[in-house]
Amino acid sequence: MNETELIPHLFRTEYRKIVSVLCKLFGIAHIEVAEDIVSDSFLLASELWGLKGLPENPTAWLYTVAKNKTRDYLKRNALFAGIISKELRYSAQSSGEIDIDLSVKNIQDSELAMIFVVCHPCNPPEAQIGLALNILCGFSVDEIARAFLTDKEAIYKRLQRARKKLRTENIRIEQPGLSDLNSRLPTVLMTLYLLYNEGYYSAGQEMAIRRDLCYEAMRLGSLLLANDETNTPAVNALLALMCFQSSRFDARHDSDGQTILYPDQDTTLWDQELIRKGEYLLHEASRGDHISKYHLEAGIAYWHTGKEDRPEKWEGILQLYNQLLLIEYSPMAALNRTYALAKANGKSEAIAEAEKINLTGNHLYHSLLGELYTGIDNTKALSHWKQALLGAKSLPDKIQISNRILAFETAACDQA
Amino acid sequence: MKDFLLVYRTDISKAPKASPEEMQANTKRWMDWIGAIAAQNKLADRGNRLFPSGQVLKAENVIADGPYTEIKESIVGYSIVKADSYEEATELSKGCPILKSGGNVEIREISAM
Repeated sequence: MNETELIPHLFRTEYRKIVSVLCKLFGIAHIEVAEDIVSDSFLLASELWGLKGLPENPTAWLYTVAKNKTRDYLKRNALFAGIISKELRYSAQSSGEIDIDLSVKNIQDSELAMIFVVCHPCNPPEAQIGLALNILCGFSVDEIARAFLTDKEAIYKRLQRARKKLRTENIRIEQPGLSDLNSRLPTVLMTLYLLYNEGYYSAGQEMAIRRDLCYEAMRLGSLLLANDETNTPAVNALLALMCFQSSRFDARHDSDGQTILYPDQDTTLWDQELIRKGEYLLHEASRGDHISKYHLEAGIAYWHTGKEDRPEKWEGILQLYNQLLLIEYSPMAALNRTYALAKANGKSEAIAEAEKINLTGNHLYHSLLGELYTGIDNTKALSHWKQALLGAKSLPDKIQISNRILAFETAACDQA
Repeated sequence: MKDFLLVYRTDISKAPKASPEEMQANTKRWMDWIGAIAAQNKLADRGNRLFPSGQVLKAENVIADGPYTEIKESIVGYSIVKADSYEEATELSKGCPILKSGGNVEIREISAM
């Protein structure tokens, strides 16, 4: 990597680490100070490295510069004497020299503690996701706006509000104690789950950003796994789910970025290593006696890693969706359950159930009925595909549905 | 939406001994049926099954064995569904696997306290 590639790469991987360590040192109220120091360090790197060439160990160079800048800042800033020093006294040695610990261990601890701050229930879920991307993943406001298909202004405001909330609530940067962990961890997992889904399912975004969202969710999940207290069965299940889903990344789109549906995918492009990792994690997740929705979704995703349509596959998927719906209703689960019902129990039963689930405002509902009626009542099928097309929002969805309609009309012409 | 209690009753003494395969098939029927209600977002509480034996306490500390024996059928389980009317709750109850084995579903609107 030359310096023009290296700096963005290091920004992605190191920015958040140093910010987390400094934040833990200063307190969340002074996160902007931490971010400024780290940004300045990168700015200096981009100026000097271009002129003098790369240092021998660029990461260590950045750490040293960030440390020095932090010390300088603390020395000269009056704020330090008044406010931060009081907080620092609890953690720093009495020697007077502040220890800025950028060891692997402290970076991990700091990042883990920051996950719990960012996913604090004082902020609504969408704000938590935004904060996670911004603070934990080093995404710019611009990138987050593109990921959410929202304008920059809205994201900026959302982040400012959420940061202010963390400040006013004075959330402490620490991993919660064991008793709090059980109540806080579900929020963290939900945020990582939503972050992943944002990348995996939301259509119409740039592919590279979508994958990054997924990988970042997995990376943050791995931080939870690396810590004994947060390495719970539910975390393993969530990571297993992500591995199974991610295994199909290369098969889901053609070279033009068009979606390739599951039945049409080239299975040789499925990442077997990720599938095996998912299997290992799912096995780890089977400790304990609580079944979370992540367990069930990971189970469903596991069945999808084998493509052939065996009866036990769809029966397995159907029962997992049944259980999932008993834990928590969602329109997607209801639609997918009905599809599995068709595969396991036959189309006529599934059509009867589909007519009852009452999601007529959802274009995927019409896609499902279009699929179910195909070959049984083609007139009804076509009418549902047309309704689906009216409701579809993203371009890939529209193309996908138009192709189905075209296939019907071609078949009708052939018969005439 | 109101909540309705579904009470499943059957005459246990008449139930034939089921093979493991039949028991599995029966579990599937129940899960598919309750899953279908959940897919309509009309399940308030999946409820539970009940063991066949039990005790009945009456006044004066009179304790009787077994479920309430004055009627042949005993309660084997319950669920709570969400519906706008008795008609809708009854419609949801159709297809309940208990009906296939000679049992019945009692549908009662819950009067929340």
